[in-house]
Amino acid sequence: MKRGKLLVVPAMGWLSLFFALPLLIVVVVSFASRTAYGQVVFNWTLANYIRFFEPLYMTIFATTIVTALGTTLLTFAMGYPVAYTIAMILPKKWQQAGIILVMIPFWINFLIRSFAWVIILRSQGVVNTILLHLGLIQKPLTLLYNDAAVLLGMVYALLPFMVLPIYVSLEQMDKRLLEAASDLGAPPVTAFRRITLPLTMPGVAAGSILVFISSLGMFVVPDIMGGAKSALIGNIIQNQFLAARDWPFGSALSIILALLALVMILLYYKALQAQKGGQAHAKNLA
Amino acid sequence: MEFKANDRKKGCDTPKMKEMIRLVGITKEFDHTTIIPPLDLTINDGEFVTLLGPSGCGKTTILRMIAGLEHPTTGHIYLDDEDVTSLAPYKRNVNMVFQHYALFPHMTVEENIRFGLMMKKVPREEQDNRINQVLYLTQLEDLRYRKPQQMSGGQQQRVAIARAVVNNPKVLLLDEPLGALDYKLRKKMQLELKNLQRGLGITFIYVTHDQEEALTMSDRVIIVNGGRIEQDDPPARIYQYPKSQFAANFIGENNFFAIEGDDQHLLAVRPQYIEVSDEKEEPEDSSRAPFYYGSVVEILFTGTIDKVYIRLDNTNQMVTAYQYYDDKKRWKADDRVAIRWKTEDAVKVTK
Ligand SMILES: Nc1ncnc2c1ncn2[C@@H]1O[C@H](COP(=O)(O)OP(=O)(O)OP(=O)(O)O)[C@@H](O)[C@H]1O
Ligand SMILES: [Mg+2]
Repeated sequence: MKRGKLLVVPAMGWLSLFFALPLLIVVVVSFASRTAYGQVVFNWTLANYIRFFEPLYMTIFATTIVTALGTTLLTFAMGYPVAYTIAMILPKKWQQAGIILVMIPFWINFLIRSFAWVIILRSQGVVNTILLHLGLIQKPLTLLYNDAAVLLGMVYALLPFMVLPIYVSLEQMDKRLLEAASDLGAPPVTAFRRITLPLTMPGVAAGSILVFISSLGMFVVPDIMGGAKSALIGNIIQNQFLAARDWPFGSALSIILALLALVMILLYYKALQAQKGGQAHAKNLA
Repeated sequence: MEFKANDRKKGCDTPKMKEMIRLVGITKEFDHTTIIPPLDLTINDGEFVTLLGPSGCGKTTILRMIAGLEHPTTGHIYLDDEDVTSLAPYKRNVNMVFQHYALFPHMTVEENIRFGLMMKKVPREEQDNRINQVLYLTQLEDLRYRKPQQMSGGQQQRVAIARAVVNNPKVLLLDEPLGALDYKLRKKMQLELKNLQRGLGITFIYVTHDQEEALTMSDRVIIVNGGRIEQDDPPARIYQYPKSQFAANFIGENNFFAIEGDDQHLLAVRPQYIEVSDEKEEPEDSSRAPFYYGSVVEILFTGTIDKVYIRLDNTNQMVTAYQYYDDKKRWKADDRVAIRWKTEDAVKVTK
């Protein structure tokens, strides 16, 4: 037993060094302030957290939430059909290929993929060139550097995080239930609405949380595709550390974001537990 | 149980029986393997037909084709004079009790049972009435708000029955519907199902591994072997006059004896017709020939009777005989015995 416990020491050490310690530093710094030259002074203040409630940051925060919600909804609307096609419509031997196709983008650096969108969408880009040549437009469309472009980039980046959990829950669903539904008189659409969709909700919830939390902290996409106007909270944080050299405020914003993510994960976990607990409870009554 | 009045009458009561299901030249292949060779079968309205056969012989496949869940490779299926061969399952007035239950895990017992009624847009009040009746019938009233995973296998099986029965379909397909129940509950449910079938005049196609169940409940027993119909007869006839060695072996126990000069047929004699006597004892009635000599190998206690296993001297073949407790003599291992039977108790069957 003792020796077995020793085995976790490297892992614990690794985690403490690269995860717990930096987190602790960020927490501590978030209660500090900075000098005019950007040096951190530890004077235990809540000023950084109070500053978050300034209208400027509240607006950006609201935009961030709305963007994250929009991204989640759009990835769901696109991701569910994709996952459904792979899990339920493609023949068994093609499913693996389908899932690999969904994951291939991960093999290429995210920055490069984002710049690829710039090449496609910019005023002399692929889309505009084609449309101009076809004579469908007279002058290039502004496809880049606006909120729609940010949303597009986010959805593109996070779609796999929605597809994969939904695919897993579809894959795990007992398909014979659909035969039973059909036997009981349910046309395919009804069977989907009443059987498939409710049974894959855990996958949808997991995907939504992954996408929502990831888009809250996203700064690369707004940076590259959103231009100066479309700053999200992620950009503000990045800015505090790299440009404004206000580490304490950046840390405070990071902590707020992390807490928000934590609350969401806890809620999801609670919901799962409640479901399971309810079942265990009923079993005890038996 | 009093469902909505049903004008369908029980097939056996009416002299001219109405056809409910007709399978014409049905075959089924899976991955180029023939599971069902050409099959023809007619089932009358209100009939209780049982498919009996070894595991993997195609019973479930036959039911699934009738339900529309499997498409026959060739042939036609008629349901109440309508060609339903390519009709989707949800358009067929047929319900199935699945061998694996297939209950909806996110719905309570009540919601599971209500599903089919909702699909058929039965008025809410009638839904409630029918659900209550069927819950009573299957003794599930206390469990109506449970989810399937909170119930035992036997309870789930009863939900599966309730969920199908409540729809009052033209044909009910039951794939080993009582397999998970204990002996007592099973007997009770057999009675309930039989009463239900009689009362409503629903046509039942029933699959079971329990031959006693098949014999007591059915109007007709169909023995299936490798997707072929081996024999299709009323229970008494199936039991008394099996046509083939397979049928004779599959229903009840049987002993087979070679017939001299006929290698197409065998004589089948049931263990209860085998008379065992002391080797030296003179037969009371010499007409009870033929007889063989052998020695007792083993005696098994089964509750109602003892099973006596005897090895014959000349063929080394094992013969099973039943011994009742009121018999004069109790046999023990290594006793030397002679066996015989009445000629009329032996049935000639194909090999
Ligand atoms: N979808 C399928 N694909 C390939 N083979 C199948 C399929 N379904 C059934 N089979 C095969 O068809 C044969 C008949 O199967 P079926 O389920 O009808 O048997 P059964 O008589 O119901 O057996 P049991 O008593 O064990 O339930 C089996 O050999 C089985 O392996
Ligand atoms: Mg089966």
